[in-house]
Amino acid sequence: MAVKQSTPAGRVFDAVNILVLVALAVVMILPFIYVMAGSFARESELTERAFFLWPREFVTHSYDYIFATNTFLRSLVITVLVTAVGMGIQVLLTFTMAYPLSRRYLPGRSLFLGLVVFTLVFTGGLIPTYLIVRELGLLDSYWSLILPLAINPFFLIIVKNFFQELPDELQEAAQIDGCSELGVFWRIVLPLSKPILATMGLFYAVAIWNDFQSPLLYIDDASKWTLQMFVRQVTVSSDMANTVGQLDPNYEPPEQGLKFTVIVIATLPILLLYPFLQKHFVKGILIGSVKG
Amino acid sequence: MGKVRLRTRMVRYRWLFVLLLPGLAYFAVFRYAPMYGLTIAFQDYLPFLGFSGSPWVGLKHFEDLFSSPDFPRVLSNTLILALLNAVFVFPAPIVVALLLNELRLSVLKRAVQSAIYIPYFLSWTIVAALTYLLFALDVGPITQLMNDLFHARFDFLADPDWFRPLVILQTLWKSVGWWTIIYLAALAGVDPNLYEAARIDGANRWKQMWHVTLPGIRSTIIVVAILSAGNLLDTSFEQIYLLTNSLNRSVAEVFDTYVYFLGITQGSYSYSTAVGLFKAVVGVVLIYGVNWLARRFGHSGLS
Repeated sequence: MAVKQSTPAGRVFDAVNILVLVALAVVMILPFIYVMAGSFARESELTERAFFLWPREFVTHSYDYIFATNTFLRSLVITVLVTAVGMGIQVLLTFTMAYPLSRRYLPGRSLFLGLVVFTLVFTGGLIPTYLIVRELGLLDSYWSLILPLAINPFFLIIVKNFFQELPDELQEAAQIDGCSELGVFWRIVLPLSKPILATMGLFYAVAIWNDFQSPLLYIDDASKWTLQMFVRQVTVSSDMANTVGQLDPNYEPPEQGLKFTVIVIATLPILLLYPFLQKHFVKGILIGSVKG
Repeated sequence: MGKVRLRTRMVRYRWLFVLLLPGLAYFAVFRYAPMYGLTIAFQDYLPFLGFSGSPWVGLKHFEDLFSSPDFPRVLSNTLILALLNAVFVFPAPIVVALLLNELRLSVLKRAVQSAIYIPYFLSWTIVAALTYLLFALDVGPITQLMNDLFHARFDFLADPDWFRPLVILQTLWKSVGWWTIIYLAALAGVDPNLYEAARIDGANRWKQMWHVTLPGIRSTIIVVAILSAGNLLDTSFEQIYLLTNSLNRSVAEVFDTYVYFLGITQGSYSYSTAVGLFKAVVGVVLIYGVNWLARRFGHSGLS
């Protein structure tokens, strides 16, 4: 975009610009390398050296310890299951609702759309939602982590807009061939929607995986904690002994190393998904911003 | 006659309604029932009497809120964070996007972009965990660096003076990349011919940035400004909650955490709902206010 100019001032600017942006990128990445290195270091090295990006010696003590405790493993399994089931329900509900809303001939369509859009501007808020969840008997149930957030109105509108963009001819042709609305949705619309299905699935999965507010509000029972609660307890509250549980009273757990390790494990799935997230979410923003 | 037609249309499109129903049920139960639940802000809510049976008390909880010594403190904490966000966080991605736009090496450009979006996808728990590691008293790497540089003993996590800078640093780290993409997407839509024309007219790079690039993303900047204004009082609950401790509470308490502590930990459901409602109404007023202002100044605003 910029012009090829070779004035001295322009060259100085280019050099400074590269330096600034590379420094910015380093600041964003460095904490990851730091915790990664720390998670493979000996406990003694962590207390000796303030900062390092490469441990003197690679050991897996912290990983061995954390995976031997059943508390951590349990929260990991819970989080994986809640994320998988939750994502399935969220995608299902979002797509089944977005399709009728995308049909211009749906009776009452503008009313339904208005009701959805209003929730973007105004919500009942923390306490009334908490009371509803409690009234439904969902406190301390894994459903409380899924159902209150089952449809994100932003995502719903993005999917609705996507359906609206699909050529009407395909659907009309199918209907002439005797396909019902349900058949059109299942056989024509969904197969054409794989990219947006993947995008929404990723967005929802990351949101549940990262959710800290719901378990904080709705889950009291520590045996049902998700990974984010576990991470909070170990790193922010520094409540290692109670959270992790002592495996062997004669063996000192690698306190500092465990903090690094739980951060790495809770971050790893996101980092692995990152190439897909990046690709899809730029697309998602574009869909959302063009037809907001 | 209209009714008959509506009924035949409903029968004809019955499958659409079947598909619509689960979603509508969700919105009714988890989005609109809580809005109805806001009525408890005007009641003394008793769990066994429910939303509809609890006694009405009018504006009592709002009067309590406005006369409470907590109110000026929580309001100013929230507004100061909002102001700091507007000054430091809002312009940062615009600057980064403009700098990236001037970067000629497209490989480097892509690498920098990839690096700066990553933190956006991490949870606040992880961001808080990293903060607690990096800024830990005496042992955190940043703490040690600062201690050596200034020959002092910094206590970033407990010292109330450091709470706000930490919040802003966290927000910058986590969200600059995300907003940068939005501006870059807008920049991609700027007509290259405009640069060509500006160059023929003798505009240097600085002038091109000022007269072509910035106007090209002006409408995006305004939309982001309107949306941020609506969220002015929406400090991120998770972020603030995770960074709050007994030592920095005086500066840390904002509306969201105040509602949580009073409602969930102390059980003052009606009072905390009134606080939440006050905050939500201010948010709606702000979003429409800024939208109205944007229109008055000749921009198209949100819609």
